[in-house]
Amino acid sequence: MPIAFFVLAAVTLAGAICAMSLRNLVHCGLCLALTFAGLAAIYLQLSAEFVGLAQILVYVGAVAVLIVFTILLTKNAEVNISPVSRSWVVGLVVAIIVCASLIVPLMKSPSLQRAPGMTPNASVRLIGEKLMTQYVIPLEAIALVLTAALLGAVVIAMRDEPENKVGRGVPTAPRAGSGEGIESSSASPRRAEDSTPYHDAGVAAANRPVGPSSTT
Amino acid sequence: MTPLLYYIAFSALLFSIGLAGALTRRNAILVLIGIELMLNAANLNFIAFWRYSANANELTGIMFVIFSIGIAAAEAAVGLAIVIAIYRHYRTSQLNNVDNLKG
Repeated sequence: MPIAFFVLAAVTLAGAICAMSLRNLVHCGLCLALTFAGLAAIYLQLSAEFVGLAQILVYVGAVAVLIVFTILLTKNAEVNISPVSRSWVVGLVVAIIVCASLIVPLMKSPSLQRAPGMTPNASVRLIGEKLMTQYVIPLEAIALVLTAALLGAVVIAMRDEPENKVGRGVPTAPRAGSGEGIESSSASPRRAEDSTPYHDAGVAAANRPVGPSSTT
Repeated sequence: MTPLLYYIAFSALLFSIGLAGALTRRNAILVLIGIELMLNAANLNFIAFWRYSANANELTGIMFVIFSIGIAAAEAAVGLAIVIAIYRHYRTSQLNNVDNLKG
């Protein structure tokens, strides 16, 4: 009996179930790291050493830490509401149906009973040579994708509100006093309300002359 | 040696757990975690079929998984950046409260 596989699979599945069911989001992130580490061990067991180490580097080292950082950056104060959505029964039933429809044909398939071949030569040198010759175009494409994703993530997550508010708010304050409130009305009412820490009183005064139009 | 069936069944279970989490949780970060689990289950399938294939020296499964890991990293980075942007706008990361396209 392959005891090592069963131990690794049990740890990985337990980590996955915990990552999906615990209430504390930080615990979820750490259980996810455990799941990724277990998967990396299974890759190593399948004699895919490079992929296993890349899994540890990328998933345990980067993705799990990124998820924990995001959890810490987004304050989740609403602990009194249920962590699952209202239609969770439907989602669970769908998942169970998908699981059954995957497992049942697997059990009947005769081609899954085969034994593995010789231990393949998957050295890093061979992988590097293939990446640089046969797979060089996908390699370049994924370099482009990663660069674009990096720039896009920084642009999306960048906080650009403070300098915009200062640059837009302060110069319009005297102009609003002279009766011209066109530029200050371009700031939406929601933004003006919930960004009070970055606001001087001048912006509120700038928004006030266009009050009847902006409070609708 | 472990039969191939065990790896594939384990991968199916992992996929189903990720799918259940992505369908039932309220928090956008947990939904992303579920998607990551599903991607990892697919990667495990690639590796297992590569290891048990007739000519494993072609390294096709390994190559596919390497590129898949790269795509998954990009997806996680952009997805979490979107979660942070949504949180900054709505002051919540619960998906039920994010129901306005125009903001």
